[in-house]
Amino acid sequence: MSADKQDFFDNPDNIRKMLRVFYAICALLFAADFVIHRHTEFRWEGLPGFYPMYGFVGCVILVFAAKWMRTFLMRPEDYYDKRALTDFDCTDSGESTSLKATGKGNGGHDHA
Amino acid sequence: MLDVAPFIPFFLAALLGLFLRGWARAALFIAVPVLGLANLWQLGAGGSGVEFGHYAILDFNLLLFKADRLSLLFGYLFHIAALISVIYALHVRDTLQQVASMLYAGSALGAVFAGDLLTLFIFWELLALTSVFLVWARRSGRAYAAGLRYFTLHILSGLLLLAGIIFYSQTHNTLAFGEIGLDDNAYSWMIFLAFGIKCAFPFFHGWLTDAYPESTPTGTVFLSAFTTKVAVYALARTFPGTELLVYIGATMACFPIFYAVIENDLRRVLAYSLINQLGFMVVGIGIGTSLAINGAVAHAFNDVIFKGLLFMSMGAVLHVTGKINGSELGGLYKKMPKTTVLCIVGAASISAFPLFSGFVSKSMVMSAAIKNGYDGVWLILLFASAGVFHHAGIKIPYFAFFAHDAKLPAREPPVNMLIAMSIAAALCLVIGIYPQALYSLLPYSMSYTPYDVTHVLTQLQLLFFSALAFVWLNLRHLYPPELPSVNLDVDWIYRRLVPDAMRALFERLFALDNRLRSATLSGVERLVDGIASHHRAEGVMARNWLTGSMVAGVVLLLGIYLVLGWL
Repeated sequence: MSADKQDFFDNPDNIRKMLRVFYAICALLFAADFVIHRHTEFRWEGLPGFYPMYGFVGCVILVFAAKWMRTFLMRPEDYYDKRALTDFDCTDSGESTSLKATGKGNGGHDHA
Repeated sequence: MLDVAPFIPFFLAALLGLFLRGWARAALFIAVPVLGLANLWQLGAGGSGVEFGHYAILDFNLLLFKADRLSLLFGYLFHIAALISVIYALHVRDTLQQVASMLYAGSALGAVFAGDLLTLFIFWELLALTSVFLVWARRSGRAYAAGLRYFTLHILSGLLLLAGIIFYSQTHNTLAFGEIGLDDNAYSWMIFLAFGIKCAFPFFHGWLTDAYPESTPTGTVFLSAFTTKVAVYALARTFPGTELLVYIGATMACFPIFYAVIENDLRRVLAYSLINQLGFMVVGIGIGTSLAINGAVAHAFNDVIFKGLLFMSMGAVLHVTGKINGSELGGLYKKMPKTTVLCIVGAASISAFPLFSGFVSKSMVMSAAIKNGYDGVWLILLFASAGVFHHAGIKIPYFAFFAHDAKLPAREPPVNMLIAMSIAAALCLVIGIYPQALYSLLPYSMSYTPYDVTHVLTQLQLLFFSALAFVWLNLRHLYPPELPSVNLDVDWIYRRLVPDAMRALFERLFALDNRLRSATLSGVERLVDGIASHHRAEGVMARNWLTGSMVAGVVLLLGIYLVLGWL
C-alpha cells in the first residue's frame, strides 16, 4: 500500500479508484468459477459461486447478528467499574458492604 | 556433552536479570533464546526420544526432559516467540516485568518438555504464577482485579490437574505424560477440564478476554504466545482423536467472531480472535488423524507468530498514543506507516491469504475436517475463516490506521518494537511462501501441497467477497460503529451475577440476623422487666409483710407438723 503518500486516502478520488479495482477483482474471481474446473469434496462446494456467496452472505449475517447482540449485551464502558462506586453509595445500613469492592474502589468516595 | 533442559537458561537469566541493567540485561535476554534454540536443535538432532534429567520426589521417579517431534516443534516455537517478545520489550525499564516474562517463557518450555505428569503440573502452576505478574505490571486497578480473576481460574485449573493426576496414577500406576483419552473415569475429565480452562474452552474463556487486554503493551505479547499453546500441546499429547474436541473447537472458532465485531478495545478484539484460532487447533486435535494433528500443530506455530505480530502492532499503537479503543483511534497510517504495513502483514496472515502463513496451516485442518466427514464442522470453520478476516483482517487495521482521522499525536514506535515486528512479519511471509520449512518439522511426515488452483482460488473468493461485504456494509452505514462500551460475556457470571447474588443473599442473611437479634433482645428485655417488676416497689417480692400474717403462717406450718406427727 502506498502508505508513504501522506494524504492518499484523504482524496475521495483515490478511494473511488481503489474500490473500482477491488470490484473488478471480485467480478473476475466470481467469473473464474465458470472457467476453471476445480476439484470438490463437498456436495455444495461444486456449485458455481459457492465460496463467494458463502463469504458475502456469511459476513453480512455475522455483522447483523453481532449488531443484534448489542441490544442485550452492550453496557456502558464503566459497567464493571461502577460496581465499586455503588458499593460506596449503599453503605446506609452501616454494615461494611464496601468490603466487597473487589480491589477496584479507586477513590469512589468523592462520588457520594 | 552437557545436556541442559531448555527452561534452565531462562530461569538463570531471570535471576541475573534482577541485578543487571541496561545493555547487559538486553544482551543476556537476547542471547538466551538464541543459544537456547541452538541447544534445542542439538538435542533434537539426536533423534526422537531424547530424555535426561531423572529426579525423584517422594517415591516418584520424574523426568525433566523428554523430547519427540511434537514437543520439539513447540520448543522451537517458544524460543522464537521468546526472542521476538524479548526484542519487542527491550525498551521496558521495569525489572519486575522483564524477570517475570523470562520466568514465564521458561515455564512454558519446562511444561512442553516435561517427561511426566507431575513435572507438567509443576510448570503448569509456574505458568500461572509468573504470567499473572505480566497482567499486574500494568499497575492499574482494573489490571489488578483482572489479574486476580485470571490467577484464580488458573489455580483452579492446576488443582483439577493435580487431582486428576493423583487419581490417574492410582489406577495406572504410572505418571507417564502420554495419551490418556476421555472415558468414564473421573480423572480423565478432571485432566481434560484442567487443560480446557487453560485452552479457553467455551464458558472457561473469560479469563483470556478479561486479563490479556489489561496487561501492558509488551506483556500481552508474551501472554498471547505461551499459556494457550501449552494447553494445545497438552491436549494434542493426551487427548488426540477425542471427538468431543471437534465440537468444542467448532464452537470456539465460531462464537468469538460475533463478539469481536462489536468489541471496541482492539486488543480485546485480538483476544477473541485468539480463541477463534485456538478453535481450529482444537478441531484438528479432535479429528486426530495425522493430517489433522499436523494442521493443528502447524497452525499453533503460525498463530503464535501472526497473533504476536498483531498484538505487537496494537501494543505499539497503545504505547505511542496511550489509546486502544477503536472509537478513539483512526488515521494513524500517516504517522505510523511502518507499523501499518507490519500490521497488515499480520492481518493477511491470520486471514489466511495465499502466500501468508495462515493459509498453509489452516487449510490442513479444513481438509482434514472434510476428509473425515465432518461436513457441518467444515461449514462452521469456513464461516469462521470468513469471520476472522472480517474482524482481525479488516477491522483491526481499518479502525486503528484508517477510518476517520482521529488526529492523534503519534510517531513510529521505538526501533526495537519495529525490529521485533519485522522479524515476525518476515516469518509469516517465509512460512507462507516456503511452507516445506515448517512441514518438515511437523510430528508426522506427509505430502501436502497447500498451493493448488482450487485452493488458492476458493480462498481468494471467500476473502474478497468477505471484504466486499465489509465495503458494502460500510458504504451503506450498516456497519456497527465502534462504541465505547463493554459487552457481557461469561465473566459477567463471576464479576456480576455471583457477587450480586452473594450480596442479595448476605443482605437477606443480615436482615434475618437483625430480626432474630432484635426479637431475642426484646424477649430477654421483657423477661428481665417481668422479673424486675416483682422486685420493684409495690412488687410481690418487695412488699412488707404484716406481723399478724407471719404468725398465721407459723401457726399454719406448726399445724401441718402436728397433722404429720399425728399420722
